Amino acid sequence: MGWNMSVTAISLQNLDVSYGTTKVVQGVNIEVAEGESFALVGESGSGKSTILRAIAGLAPDWTGAISVLGAARGHQVDRDFATRCQMVFQDPYGSLHPRKTVDAVLSEPLLVHGFGNRSARVAEMLAAVGLDQRFRFRFPHQLSGGQRQRVAIARALMLEPKVMLLDEPTSALDVSVQAEILNLLKKLRRQQGLTYLMVTHNLPVVSFMCDRMAIMQKGRVVEIAPATALHDGSFTDPYSQSLYAASGGNPDRKDQP
Amino acid sequence: MTALLEIENLRVSFPTASGRVEVVKGLSLSLGRERLGIVGESGSGKSMTGRAILRLIRRPGRQQADRMVFDGIDLQARTERGMRQLRGARISMIMQDPKFSLNPVMTVGDQIAEALVTHERLPRRDVRARVIEMLHSVRIHDPERVMDLYPHEVSGGMGQRIMIAMMLIPRPDLLIADEPTSALDVSVQAQVLDLIDELVREKGMALILISHDLDLVARYCDRILVMHAGEVVGACAARDLHKASHPYTRGLLAAVPRMEETREELPVLDRSAWGGT
Amino acid sequence: MGTAKSWLLDDSPASRLQASLGRSYRMARMLMRNPLAVVGALILLTLLVTAAFAPWIAPYSPLGQDLGARLLPPSAAHWMGTDELGRDIFSRVVYGARITLMIVVLVAVIAAPLGLLIGAIAGYFGGWVDRLLMGLTDVFLSMPKLILALAFVAALGPGIENAIIAIAITSWPAYARIARAETLTFRNAEFIAATRLLGASHGRIIVRHVLPLCTSSMIVRVTLDMAGIILTAAGLGFLGLGAQPPLPEWGAMISRGRTFILDQWWVATMPGFAIIIVSLGFCFLGDGLRDVLDPKQGGKS
Repeated sequence: MGWNMSVTAISLQNLDVSYGTTKVVQGVNIEVAEGESFALVGESGSGKSTILRAIAGLAPDWTGAISVLGAARGHQVDRDFATRCQMVFQDPYGSLHPRKTVDAVLSEPLLVHGFGNRSARVAEMLAAVGLDQRFRFRFPHQLSGGQRQRVAIARALMLEPKVMLLDEPTSALDVSVQAEILNLLKKLRRQQGLTYLMVTHNLPVVSFMCDRMAIMQKGRVVEIAPATALHDGSFTDPYSQSLYAASGGNPDRKDQP
Repeated sequence: MTALLEIENLRVSFPTASGRVEVVKGLSLSLGRERLGIVGESGSGKSMTGRAILRLIRRPGRQQADRMVFDGIDLQARTERGMRQLRGARISMIMQDPKFSLNPVMTVGDQIAEALVTHERLPRRDVRARVIEMLHSVRIHDPERVMDLYPHEVSGGMGQRIMIAMMLIPRPDLLIADEPTSALDVSVQAQVLDLIDELVREKGMALILISHDLDLVARYCDRILVMHAGEVVGACAARDLHKASHPYTRGLLAAVPRMEETREELPVLDRSAWGGT
Repeated sequence: MGTAKSWLLDDSPASRLQASLGRSYRMARMLMRNPLAVVGALILLTLLVTAAFAPWIAPYSPLGQDLGARLLPPSAAHWMGTDELGRDIFSRVVYGARITLMIVVLVAVIAAPLGLLIGAIAGYFGGWVDRLLMGLTDVFLSMPKLILALAFVAALGPGIENAIIAIAITSWPAYARIARAETLTFRNAEFIAATRLLGASHGRIIVRHVLPLCTSSMIVRVTLDMAGIILTAAGLGFLGLGAQPPLPEWGAMISRGRTFILDQWWVATMPGFAIIIVSLGFCFLGDGLRDVLDPKQGGKS
């Protein structure tokens, strides 16, 4: 798709992540180019979300190397990192503070980093994620699931990061709302030149959103394939093939198996 | 075909700050021993319909229908006690998440046995035999071991199979499955649905499958009702789903990404045309 | 009036102030639908008014003795009778409202924020911080409140200020427990994780994001505890370790009246009524607030 392979947005080398004594991710090597949209695919317990959390700094118990936009990442959350890389969570009901208005949620990152001109920036960002200004002073319980997810995306974009970690951003939403959010994410990526690392279990979403994907099973990457492999099921690993088959294959191509 | 379940003009309403709001607005259906799918997005009233059949709408919610007859029994005239005899024994319901539906402090075997003995008097040895047989039929290979496990010791897919075993062991005539697999992984999803499908066909039960997933319902049902905002906006045979004419149904179908996605943008429902949410 | 109401209930507020005022207004309306809560609120309003305007409400001085009018039963001149020194009991009860209100407010102001902060810190960080702080809390919790307060007063010396300090010291652990339990329920929530990813410091997260979510259950709990605090203060007064004579503290008044309880029942009974009514007022209001503020119980009544 014409991205520049020489610049690496996210690089994971020999990454192991543990929760307590159990290793949930083992020996993962992934390079995501700048501007690329890359998917981590697998079933629950495959460790795909854990990788995102390790990159974000929420799962500090890891070994190996993680670097984002050329800078190696430490084991804790740090402020500079926040301006380069942000994350959108799965559950739009759990990712917004229940007692804060949309305006307060979106102002928070600016306050933390001491940015000025907050009111204008918030208004601008609301427009960018397709939310009317009348939502600005509403509380989360006054918003629908899709609107909440738009707010969560807006919050992540407030610091103008270049890399976005997306943890199943649409799996809790209805299909028609999912379509809106996916369109929005695609548009934002195009407009702002973002790099996406997206976790999902939904293969058609990968086909729509991503350039490449890593298929994961039990904490390991079993295969890295281009999204076009979803068109004809040209996976090499047997697990990838079974996952593809369980997702229904490509019904539009039944005539030429 | 004589109808097993007939509903005419079912209405379910809940009170809000601005008066009563109907979440199911005059739904009618007639079901034989077949597999019916009810599809819709959240808030469409599909789950409430399923619950209303079992008269499980909790107060302050209210349900009423001109007619609601199951196998010659007027469901509305039944007392609460009468309904309890019917629930589980003749009409069963599988809920979305097994974690919330199984009692955490009872072993799996005890729970399934309880589902059986509340509706049928059997000697203890027969109960055990029936439970083992049932666990076998939901493809649990070592039922003796699984019987002594507690719900937190089993995986999501296994938990859902245990739920199915529990619901099917009294041999009901109608099974209502409300999003039975949306908490499960795709590979397990297919297994669980295949299993439900097989058991339904084998035992000649009727099935109402409630889901938001159009493709899934099309695959496992004979007939489909599409619900939106409490009303049935489309009904068709499952194989004709892709020829559906109603704009809402078409909109939903188009909004789902495909395996071979070439569209730059997914078509979006025009919510304003639907009263918007 | 109509426009103010629609401004408050506007679905799309135009400012933060309007949004939070609207939220408070909705809560107040919910509270007003609960008759017991309204009764509680009225009782407490009466207490406030009484305390504020005591000199104008009380017909006599609370301290002025009139040995000629000792132990008179309730009458038109003395609504609640007089005590053994001929002081008007009604006037003393009215002035006593000031003392009670002061105790309650000071204890709440000292104990609640302290407990809230300690509990939130323990719950948020977990690990050894949690073990240390909760160990300390448990030490305090394991001793009966009144006995512990007694010990403190005995060490600090009797008097109303020391009684307040003693009660505050004994009541924060309960709040710390609640705040910790509440914090644990959402410390792994995604909105906390998201805020951390924005680069916010732990202090900022605790103060701006964790504490606001604990306050509602804290307010409910403090309101419900008020009755207990009043009773503890009265208990200390009764034992002669709280307010010292001639201060018209309700517990101390009951203590004095004990001697005459069989023949002159009103001396001990009247301040007793005051304690019961105010305690009930706090309980009613606390129950009502719980229904409004606690989303888990919401919409039941």
